[in-house]
Amino acid sequence: MLEAPVVIAVSLGYLGLLFAVAWWGDKRADQGKSIIASPTIYALSMAVYCTTWTFYGSVGRAAVSGIGFLPVYLGPTLVMALGWFLLLKMIRIVKANRITSIADFISSRYGKSHLLGGLVTIIAVVGIIPYIALQLKAVSSSVSLLLSYPDIVMPDRSATMSVAADMSFYIALILAAFTIVFGTRHLDATERHEGMVAAIALESGVKLVAFLAVGGFVTYGLYDGFGDIFEHITTNPELRHLASAIPSGAGYTGWFSLIVLSGMAVLFLPRQFQVAVVENVNEAHLKRAAWLFPLYLLLINIFVLPIALGGLLHFAGQGVDADTFVLTLPMSQRQEGLALLVFIGGLSAATGMVIVETIALSTMVCNDLVMPLLLRHKRLAIEEAKDLSGVLLSIRRGAIVLILLLGYLYFRLAGEAYALVAIGLISFAAVAQFAPAMIGGMYWRGGTRGGALAGLAAGFLVWAYTLLLPSFAKSGWLPDEFLTLGLFGVELLRPQQLFGLGGFDEISHCLFWSFFANIGAYVGVSLLRPPMVAEATQATVFVDALKNNGPVGAALWRGRAKVSDLQQLVGRFLGPTRAQTLFVAYARRRGHADGVMLEADAQLVQFAESLLAGAIGSASARVMVASVAKEEPLSIEEVMHILDEASQLRTYSRELERKSRELTAATLELQEANERLQELDRVKDDIMSSVTHELRTPLTSIRAFSELLRDDPRMHLADRERFLGLIVSEAERLTRLINQTLDLAKIESGRADWNGCELDLKEVIEQSIAATSQLFREKGADVELDLPDNPPLILADRDRLIQVMLNLLSNAVKFLAPGSGRVRVVLQQLADGLEVSVADNGPGIRAEDQQLIFEKFRQVGDTMTAKPAGTGLGLPISRRIVEHFGGKLWVESVPGEGATFRFTLPFATVREEAVAVAVGA
Amino acid sequence: MHRRVLAGDRLVAAFLIGCVLFNYPLLSLFDRHTQIFGIPLVFAYVFFAWAAVIAVMAWAVERRFK
Repeated sequence: MLEAPVVIAVSLGYLGLLFAVAWWGDKRADQGKSIIASPTIYALSMAVYCTTWTFYGSVGRAAVSGIGFLPVYLGPTLVMALGWFLLLKMIRIVKANRITSIADFISSRYGKSHLLGGLVTIIAVVGIIPYIALQLKAVSSSVSLLLSYPDIVMPDRSATMSVAADMSFYIALILAAFTIVFGTRHLDATERHEGMVAAIALESGVKLVAFLAVGGFVTYGLYDGFGDIFEHITTNPELRHLASAIPSGAGYTGWFSLIVLSGMAVLFLPRQFQVAVVENVNEAHLKRAAWLFPLYLLLINIFVLPIALGGLLHFAGQGVDADTFVLTLPMSQRQEGLALLVFIGGLSAATGMVIVETIALSTMVCNDLVMPLLLRHKRLAIEEAKDLSGVLLSIRRGAIVLILLLGYLYFRLAGEAYALVAIGLISFAAVAQFAPAMIGGMYWRGGTRGGALAGLAAGFLVWAYTLLLPSFAKSGWLPDEFLTLGLFGVELLRPQQLFGLGGFDEISHCLFWSFFANIGAYVGVSLLRPPMVAEATQATVFVDALKNNGPVGAALWRGRAKVSDLQQLVGRFLGPTRAQTLFVAYARRRGHADGVMLEADAQLVQFAESLLAGAIGSASARVMVASVAKEEPLSIEEVMHILDEASQLRTYSRELERKSRELTAATLELQEANERLQELDRVKDDIMSSVTHELRTPLTSIRAFSELLRDDPRMHLADRERFLGLIVSEAERLTRLINQTLDLAKIESGRADWNGCELDLKEVIEQSIAATSQLFREKGADVELDLPDNPPLILADRDRLIQVMLNLLSNAVKFLAPGSGRVRVVLQQLADGLEVSVADNGPGIRAEDQQLIFEKFRQVGDTMTAKPAGTGLGLPISRRIVEHFGGKLWVESVPGEGATFRFTLPFATVREEAVAVAVGA
Repeated sequence: MHRRVLAGDRLVAAFLIGCVLFNYPLLSLFDRHTQIFGIPLVFAYVFFAWAAVIAVMAWAVERRFK
């Protein structure tokens, strides 16, 4: 089943499936029902990071350097942890400014510079074309391997083959067609390609499945699991060196450099920028992708080492290239289906990379290289008001074909040369040169156009000298002396020991020198002069991207423009009909119901410029808008003033937010206070009504007895005396009630007189017992005393304390059974005060009543039948008195076994300290 | 607001711990010719550390806050 027609049919069928998926994705996107709006699809599309360099190449590298292939995937994992900040900011900037490529990003940041955009484009193209060539090579090798089945013959590229007979030429053409159809179907102001992303995500899925399938086959089919394969590492002396992190002797520096390099590549490779930033549907997807994408990388690498070892063991001495093990292992086992699946997986890895990379590069070439040149021709740019959208599309399509053909050309020229094999990391190092200008631009306001230009140019030159040219030399295209003796025979200029720096692997060496030059020039030149108007404006737009400020650009535009001019201008690049639709929609959004704007204000100019930026790049858009509008140049002072104002406005608005939050809190507090007041008012009403009620009871009896005495003059003397006695006692009760109510009111309002002095509590207790001895005698009750001699002094009001004791003692007596009652008074010394307890053996107090008795006018017992024996104010007053002197009063009781009232009072010294602290505070 | 800050801090922590776990000198501690469950120690270590960092990242962003 591995004959040429089958292989070709399956390949074309698979590409057809991709076409269908992409077509469907685009159709759904047009209907507004995106099929890629999911974090999983987003993460899968990021996996375009894994090219054939991963799919076939990882095993090849693992066969030489053991686990040394892995740092290239650890770097992206670490960077994704920071993606939450870095990528989020990039996405915000890109969406707010309709940026479509990494060249546009850098050009826009440093004042919309054509020169900078062009330089970035050139670096990207030079760095990436060989990488595209590598994909073509991988596909063509896998095809010729597959077609040699059942033999395993390494592809021989030394024999010259005509272009017309070369399979990879047709592969390049098919890929160009695919890219054109889905990359440049129409011009979009946002340059998003939903169908393409859907196809890429599918490809990522296919390559993962294919790799896991072959990994599982080798590990569990060919061998008996991981342990079985790895056992050979220990037993086979030729493999023993692979079980180390640095078998190639590059040192841990090389390992570290690879992590750094791949971390930057995953952000700044044009294809990664395209899928992760430009094609991002929803920034919330970043969250899940942050771990899903690393997980994908982990999964696709799990079987790399087993396959590499399995291949080394299986093909020992047969001259089979380790880069082909993924395919040749299943072929050698006659697993035709699996081999075909692997081939499709490799095809997925190659096509995914080529398509996205080519789209990204073609956008750059069109917007940042060709358009600026075209616009220099005044005739084309301004005078001729014809529709340029067709031209624009043609440029992009042309760029796509050109890039792929360049890739093919490089592949034909390089063949098996070293320059192609090592290109993966060489490409990474090229795009890593974008890092200082990108990251610096997002977080440092001081970066200038000059600085970015100098940094990029310096980094690029050093990269070319230390990494690209040496790879040419190793391929035999440059004399060997260049490497061994240095440029012009100057030893200090040896490209891989520049200035005598040795001991590094070539990647670390290049990374160090190129970053040294790049960052040094970027920072150094930026610091030579302050940023100019355009740079300062864009610095604000980029650095403050995560703060919610209005469009800064609009605030910085002064001038006059006609709506019709702007619309015509946009129409020339996007097509007149689309321009019309966009302008009407914009006018409606701005509140012009008829869709007609009369005046072109700064916002409209900004809007038109951002539409153009999506189509032709921000630098060209700036030039075009300036050509139809009469603009007043702003001085740097004015710009800084406006930016300051904007930031002040932000400060004010934050201040305002804070104030309004405080206001809300204050309102809440007020509400609570109000509720509390109302509650107090209700309590007061309750007290008033209960006081009135309590007063009425004795008054009623007094009146009733008085009326009896008045109405019956012949009443017996004994009765009279009894009634008069009752009247007197009720009147006394009334007086007591009024006195206590007033007393309580005084205490509660804080107007009571307190005569605090140091006193001996034992003396107070004895005095109180003496005063109540008559009561005890009447009830026939015993009083037991347990009072220590000379207790420490306490600070309190003597009369008030006697009042408390009298209240407790009389309460105790009140509930005693006649004859058998017993009251026990104990004075106890605690750690920081004294405790007095008054225990009786009366009926006790139910648990639910133990708190109630301390409330005003609450008397426990059956009030319906028994006449209340007190005022209901004694205990509340006592409790307040005790609390006033820093103590506590409470009751413990078991119903049927009596009640014990206890109160504590702190020592005089403790109390004084507390007062001192309170006063001091 | 708060939960975002916390998730962000956790991701930064994952980044930092990953930087340490994946590099010299910690890496060199496991770079010796011994085996664990039949797998060379350094292979097992790197993959395990990698999986752990991914797990921490997943936990940081997926955890539902109470």
